[in-house]
Amino acid sequence: MNEKLQVSVSPHVRDSITTQKIMACVILALMPAACFGVVNFGPYALLILLLSVASAVASEYLYEKAMKKPVTVDDLSAVVTGLLIGMNMPAHINWWIPVLGSVFAIIVVKQLYGGLGQNFMNPALGARCFLLIAFSSEMTTYACDTGLAKGVSALSVPGSVDIDALSGATPLAYLKQGITLSPAALFTGTTLGVIGETSALCLLIGGIFLLVLKIIDWRIPAAYLGTFAILVLLTAAIRGYASPFLFMIDELCAGGIMLGSFFMATDYVTSPITEKGRVVYGIFLGVMTWLFRMIGSGAEGVSYAIILGNVLTPLIENFTTPRAFGIVKEKKSKREAGA
Amino acid sequence: MKKLTFKGGIHPYEGKELSSDKAIRKLEPGDELVFLMSQHIGAPAKPLVKKGDHVLRGQKIADAGGFVSAPIYSSVSGDVKAIEKRKNATGGMVDAIIVTNDKAYEEVEYTPADYTSLSRDEILGRIREAGIVGMGGAGFPTSVKLAPKNPDKIDYILVNGSECEPYITSDYRCMMEMTDRIVEGLQIILRLFKPTTKGVICVEDNKPAAIEKMTKAVLGKENVSVAVVRTKYPEGAERCLISAVTGRKVNSKMLPADAGVVVDNIDTVLAIDDAVTKGIPLMHRIFTVSGDAVENPGNFDVCVGMNYSEVVDAAGGFKNVPEKIISGGPMMGFALMDLNVPVTKTSGAITAFSHDTVSRLMPSACINCGRCLHGCPAHLMPTRLAAFAEHGDAESFEKFNGLECVNCGSCSWSCPAKRPLAAEINTMRQNVLAAKRRKKK
Repeated sequence: MNEKLQVSVSPHVRDSITTQKIMACVILALMPAACFGVVNFGPYALLILLLSVASAVASEYLYEKAMKKPVTVDDLSAVVTGLLIGMNMPAHINWWIPVLGSVFAIIVVKQLYGGLGQNFMNPALGARCFLLIAFSSEMTTYACDTGLAKGVSALSVPGSVDIDALSGATPLAYLKQGITLSPAALFTGTTLGVIGETSALCLLIGGIFLLVLKIIDWRIPAAYLGTFAILVLLTAAIRGYASPFLFMIDELCAGGIMLGSFFMATDYVTSPITEKGRVVYGIFLGVMTWLFRMIGSGAEGVSYAIILGNVLTPLIENFTTPRAFGIVKEKKSKREAGA
Repeated sequence: MKKLTFKGGIHPYEGKELSSDKAIRKLEPGDELVFLMSQHIGAPAKPLVKKGDHVLRGQKIADAGGFVSAPIYSSVSGDVKAIEKRKNATGGMVDAIIVTNDKAYEEVEYTPADYTSLSRDEILGRIREAGIVGMGGAGFPTSVKLAPKNPDKIDYILVNGSECEPYITSDYRCMMEMTDRIVEGLQIILRLFKPTTKGVICVEDNKPAAIEKMTKAVLGKENVSVAVVRTKYPEGAERCLISAVTGRKVNSKMLPADAGVVVDNIDTVLAIDDAVTKGIPLMHRIFTVSGDAVENPGNFDVCVGMNYSEVVDAAGGFKNVPEKIISGGPMMGFALMDLNVPVTKTSGAITAFSHDTVSRLMPSACINCGRCLHGCPAHLMPTRLAAFAEHGDAESFEKFNGLECVNCGSCSWSCPAKRPLAAEINTMRQNVLAAKRRKKK
């Protein structure tokens, strides 16, 4: 008949969602927190973010060209990885450290395992942990001489007045000592930390955006934050802190848990695909983060908790495989047959 | 009224507004009609006529070829031009009887009956003799379905008016225009079973006018009711509908009757009504022609044996050169290579699109997002099954219940990486089933 006629197998219609659109939504959702980071820490933070993104995209492009693989930078997944790496950097870090991180994330963690969909670990977190080990002092020095964050150590802790200090401790370091902080500053984000983690408010806006669009499954952040909050509340109560509830709010707003629970733990590739598995995974992350932050010697724990969760993902998927419709568990049916 | 549904499913663009308001129009058949001998599941029918014979409208021209089979009737009067192989909608060549239409429409005499005075076997006999098969698409002989091993165990007769396939509106029009006959058909079916068997007409909530009409029609009728099911694809898939309405679960190794349920399509119920009360065999069906490439989308009463192109012409032809023509709806229909195929008892629609995006899509890597799991009405892990299919790993495919797939296409529809999951899973499923059949032999 006519030459335009296409013959293909059903279904003949598809949803309009694409990998690229999903990644674009994640980038959009990260924007409030990223922009706040730039305002909070000054223009050098913007340079760090741009460099991280550019080097991640360039690494992916060059690697795929060199390996004669189809170039997939237009799926925007490298942009997400680069942006997350930038947002995980202290604002005044040497510019080449995030660049090295992006190259490591894309080539070692992602491409060597087969590219998008094949990596067993979140590339951005893999890079962050690599940098934390390789450049531990640079990665944990938080400057506070520019932007809104100038002099914040005085703001967060009543009584401490070293306004002239060039670097200060993060809110988590104070919380570690059992000091409850003002939740208002922690919630809006005018504190110290890595570029993208300080503002719980901006991260929540982005997270809710992704939840509403159903880009991420509510089960992961809900199970993660819920488990962590309950455990912190109990610990604070047992330790006899003045206001355990306020302490719990502080812990939820401080450090990387908001960024981690909405944007990194929910990475499709490295989190379980099953609904039940996502709940198990979220609870596991909550317990691990609590262990690292409240019981262990360090103050931070989100990155390591999520990486451990990533590694356990295949196992979690295996024991949470959904039961097929109409299929009765074999053991049960055998017992029925015996009875 | 409580809205019933199942877990899983998707919400594709419905496209029903193109044809839902168009009343059913009866079409005059053309000069030549092609009656395929395989219009149903089971053995092909055996021709009873030979070249040159004169046949009447309503005359049996082929007899059932076995127990699971159905006879075929001429929908026009005229002469048998040939008995030869003709192409069906899926591209296969099957035996066919070709009848030239003399346009006189001389009819055989039918024997009407009062169904309330007929015995169970008489009703089943009339249904079998009328050549009625499942007109929703599967084409399983209805008389076999209505005579399960243990008829006393049947608690529900579901009339499937959910019509979840996008674009198709033929069942909706039937419910609007032939409301009482649907109820009568259902009452006839109910006579085959125990007095407590319930007849339920199931309609998706995107058809409020049909729900209202059907609800009025069943008022005061014993054991007959209307169930409103949520608009979601594939709500009308047999297993999904049974689960939504009765809460019972049927897997691939069971028949609905094993769970005490029989499901019949709207058109099938109308055919039963015709056959039992008027003695008229199955010779026509209701057909939707829709899609953005069609000039005047609409619903038509077409004779079995008519050519698809005649039906498209009745809808005003194409306004754009279509890139894709589908026999059926966009989710489960077959893409046609050619419009020159005959209407069968099971073909219910033609959907034509000016642009086909699907065949140009380039699949990319699976990102493990889980959308296919969320949409799967069989609660499977489509992305994993597709990977087993790619690797030819039949053992894992079976272990992860790949055989439970109903090939609804929800996984392919939802995939952001545009992977052809349903096609891969279905191919593997067919291979595994074929290997099992070989083993049995």
